[in-house]
Amino acid sequence: MFVPSSWRTRHQRYSLIGEVCPACDKHIFPPRDVCPHCDQPAGPAHKFNGTGVVFSYTTLFQPPAGFESQAPYVVALVQLDEGPMLTAQLTDVEAEEVKIGMKVEMVPRKLMEDGPQGQVHYCYKFRPLWAKTAQAEVPV
Amino acid sequence: MKKVCIVGTGQTEVGEHWDKSILHLAHKAVTSALLDAQVESVDALFVGNMLSGALSGQENLAAAVADFSGLRNIEAVKTEAACASGAAALRMGYTAVASGLHDRVLVLGVEKMTNTLGHDTTAALGMAADAVYETFQGVSFTALNAMMMQRYMWQYDVPDTGLAGFSINAHRNGCHNPHAMFRHAITEDDYGRSRVISSPLCVLDSSPICDGAAAVVLCAVGSSSLPDSSRHVAPVTILGSAAATDTLAVHDRSDPLRLAAVELSTQQALAQAGADLGNVDFLELHDAFSILGAMSLEAVGYAEPGTGWRYAMDGYIDIEGDLPVSTQGGLKSRGHPVGATGVYQAVEAVKQLQGLAGPNQVANAGLGMIQNIGGSGASVFTHILGI
Repeated sequence: MFVPSSWRTRHQRYSLIGEVCPACDKHIFPPRDVCPHCDQPAGPAHKFNGTGVVFSYTTLFQPPAGFESQAPYVVALVQLDEGPMLTAQLTDVEAEEVKIGMKVEMVPRKLMEDGPQGQVHYCYKFRPLWAKTAQAEVPV
Repeated sequence: MKKVCIVGTGQTEVGEHWDKSILHLAHKAVTSALLDAQVESVDALFVGNMLSGALSGQENLAAAVADFSGLRNIEAVKTEAACASGAAALRMGYTAVASGLHDRVLVLGVEKMTNTLGHDTTAALGMAADAVYETFQGVSFTALNAMMMQRYMWQYDVPDTGLAGFSINAHRNGCHNPHAMFRHAITEDDYGRSRVISSPLCVLDSSPICDGAAAVVLCAVGSSSLPDSSRHVAPVTILGSAAATDTLAVHDRSDPLRLAAVELSTQQALAQAGADLGNVDFLELHDAFSILGAMSLEAVGYAEPGTGWRYAMDGYIDIEGDLPVSTQGGLKSRGHPVGATGVYQAVEAVKQLQGLAGPNQVANAGLGMIQNIGGSGASVFTHILGI
């Protein structure tokens, strides 16, 4: 990804910042100029809570340039609990454990780097929701 | 609007043409089409191409082709609509002639995909999808189709080899097409053993990375520019031409298993042609991946949602079936040089309608539908050709 593009989209990629449409109240991700549901001007920023379910998924064995060292890895269509669907990598889970309908939550992670001297890109990924629950239950 | 007919066709063999540049491929198809039409000049050249910039370092492609092919000084422009670039050029040529602006034009589809290493070509093809919110996540174009396939098979309880019929049919027909990249038959067992690229999608679900070029000469019916050749063979007429779009990203669709732009462009093209699905004698659909075969049959209107895969299992889409599909091998077997595919479909439809399709001839073919999809359903062009 180009450096300015990476910088411009940092809020949505690091923190799942989308929008709520003032006209139809639908949640929108990523932020747009026009609401995809009612075609009115899109609204104020909204931070998504980051939970959702796996709508579909695949394990890639032939990755595009830039992701060669990571293959095989799992990407999914994640339906957020607040409405929109997005495309993201899954993490902290074995490929054979992934199921349609699995509950997941967003975690910010390193996505890739533009070579040894290039920018390191971070983005949202999703992990099974139980990871958060399990962490919370660890006695201090 | 003027009626538009196709008076000449040309195509190269689809394959890995290591010895030919994008301009050499283009030139070969251009000269074949001009020779077939028995004309030496055209008013304009419309070039369908997706990746000349990314994979050959060459933009301003249409001027480059005109220059290289001896068509210097005419209007020439490249159209890009991802994998539907070829059909986009066909529609540009059609509108130019139908409007009366030009009398005779050349439409070329050309793609050179073997200039680069596999992962670079894979990354370039990914440009058909949303750059930031799909491709940047490490998702290949194949992976997007794999996710649609995974969901489709789960939602409609499709067995593991349930989609094999599309590839089996395509390879069976491709055996007899001298321009096809793969001229061998495959079985359901071959499909079952095929290597997984992006689960559950395997090699035999997928069209190949390849090179190729195809061209057609369009002319206004009744025009003084109509070449002598058209007096010997009945020219094929473009009866319907329509285009529609859908969300760029698969994840933005209310139903990711529904190809809304296929539905819309089909309905519009049929209405323009004054035809309905019952009149269509064969369908060249966009089987870049077998899942698109199933989803296209549903969106075009032949199958109910979730049942398209069954039509490939029971002979319905065979040459002798109710609706012959991918009659010269389709994208899977003929090959899918992306920006050229839409024009290959037009060339193949012309051969069918003129009774020149050889062993793959559809009996009494009078009306054919060709459909070219760019991205995972974002850009769709549907043309209806008749004799």
